[in-house]
Amino acid sequence: MEIQNKDVWVFIEQRNGKPADVSFELLSKGRKLADSLKSSLKAILLGHNIKPIAEETFKYGAEEAIIVDNQQLAYYRTMPYSRILNDLVEKYKPRVMLYGATVIGRDLAPRVASHTKSGLTADCTDLQISNVKYIKKEFKDLLLQIRPAFGGNIIATIISPDVHTQMATVREGVMRIETVGKPAKGKITEVPYVHEKFDDVVKIIEQHRKENKVNLKAAPIIVSGGYGLGSKENFELVKELAHTIGGEVAGTRAAVDAGFISSDRQVGQTGVTVRPKLYIACGISGAIQHRAGMQESNKIIAINSDPDAPIFGVAHYGIVGDAMQIIPMFINVFKQKLR
Amino acid sequence: MIKNSIVMVKQVPDTANISGQVMKEDGTVNRAKLPAIFNYEDRVALEFALQVKDKFGGKVTAITMGPPRASDVLRECLYMGADEAILISDRKFAGADTLATSYVLAETIKHIGNYDFIFAGRQAIDGDTAQVGPQTAEKLHIPQITYADEILAVGESSVKIKKKIEGGYEILESSLPVLVTVIKDAAFPRPFQAKRIMAYKNAKTLSELEKLTEGNSLLYVDQLQDEYETRGLYIKTLTMDDLKLDESRCGIHGSPTKVYKVESVVLAGSHHQIVPPTKEGIGDLIDNLLADHILG
Repeated sequence: MEIQNKDVWVFIEQRNGKPADVSFELLSKGRKLADSLKSSLKAILLGHNIKPIAEETFKYGAEEAIIVDNQQLAYYRTMPYSRILNDLVEKYKPRVMLYGATVIGRDLAPRVASHTKSGLTADCTDLQISNVKYIKKEFKDLLLQIRPAFGGNIIATIISPDVHTQMATVREGVMRIETVGKPAKGKITEVPYVHEKFDDVVKIIEQHRKENKVNLKAAPIIVSGGYGLGSKENFELVKELAHTIGGEVAGTRAAVDAGFISSDRQVGQTGVTVRPKLYIACGISGAIQHRAGMQESNKIIAINSDPDAPIFGVAHYGIVGDAMQIIPMFINVFKQKLR
Repeated sequence: MIKNSIVMVKQVPDTANISGQVMKEDGTVNRAKLPAIFNYEDRVALEFALQVKDKFGGKVTAITMGPPRASDVLRECLYMGADEAILISDRKFAGADTLATSYVLAETIKHIGNYDFIFAGRQAIDGDTAQVGPQTAEKLHIPQITYADEILAVGESSVKIKKKIEGGYEILESSLPVLVTVIKDAAFPRPFQAKRIMAYKNAKTLSELEKLTEGNSLLYVDQLQDEYETRGLYIKTLTMDDLKLDESRCGIHGSPTKVYKVESVVLAGSHHQIVPPTKEGIGDLIDNLLADHILG
């Protein structure tokens, strides 16, 4: 297989005309990948009246924005979006293509990967460019797609050595958002939208979307609870502690699955990645998927009755004991100190 | 207005409940020892299909691609109410990623034919990729609705579905046939029915019938298969050759993604400060945090 083009593409997701944070995070990562590949970074953007978003992508390192601007594309629909991306990928053959692991990204990326027979890895927690020796063959500059797998007991590095386009999805918050010092004088390339009948097999009848009120990523203090707390009633204590010290409340996937807390407050590989000033983990054992979402916090306090729990491996302060007794103690002592 | 459904189900390792026994000495997971379970969201998908059947009539066919032991989840589909169950199994499918898997599933669905809905869980808990549904729909050139929460209305040639999106929901109308992936909270899967368990606990796949004949020269597989089929207890088994598949698109050969490296998660030694679980200990900790302007 001859590699003609080493460009890195990032699908820029917009919802109701507003760009998703994850898209800019991916541009920041994509900039580094493009530098490693000595290639260029391109933003791929579909929607209506989207030129301002295209301009914004240059701040995060894109050199070119390929846009398809049409009223029919104002709202994401699987069929036209995937058809347009299929055509673009087949025409320009990017080397790397990244999508946010959002409801839209997870609907779109597999459809495009299937059509273009590209490799696709979901929910990567790291991406790197490296030379690889795989089954006695040397491959230059492959995309290493790194993700926890199998219940978090292993970290797998996935490669797509035999296909031209290597695709990956990444959750919001995993990659750091960074602007570039001197943005390129970006070029906007407009590709016309040509309507096809099959585009309309699915119609949007209604859409109801509220801006997410929870913004865990921006919270300086997060108090988080795990399945170990045992019940929804016990989880109330986590909320009380968060309230007392002025933090946001969060939980592990197991806590979300058990119904202790809503899924928009899930921290971890399949939730949000956070880097607060203070993260208090209550009754959380610390599976790698959870640690992947919080281990870069500035200070971590772990409260767990099992002294061997993996959460202590990433903690700065460890309290071994029953969270149900420690949390009220913490609340009381804190209130006294502030008096 | 009969509506036929095909449900794609998967047997998955119970990754949420990994006990000490399944950990090998080097710290990796012994997959063979993990209990295998019915991927929960796929049960919700089957419930969707059964609700469509309850309302409009039609046939519900459950299919799974997997090793012979995946027949367990197919029997469970029969216990819940599926009319037919099909195992797609071949050594040549080993090592399939989502692209190769969707190729086999799409070809199987074409082989079955005559469907209005394909249902599947949003994702399986072993990989959490959510890719096989959309990739199967793409290969069948049919529309898809992912993250479905509710079927609002079914028409002669269309369906209205509520789809969950970030911060809200959409109501979409799609032509039929359509592939729908469902979220966990979309429905509560009906329990196994006692009568159906009695009827189908002896349902068997081809390889299970072959086992019965081993060491018994009076039994012939073909005869047994006929007998089981007549009694409605044969779980149809399809191989690569049965489906006339292109070998280069199956299993590891048909999979663009390869596992290059696997590392067990080894926890770094813990360097945290131990805080006594007492008022004094926590008081000192809070003092430190206040002094560093982390709290307050």
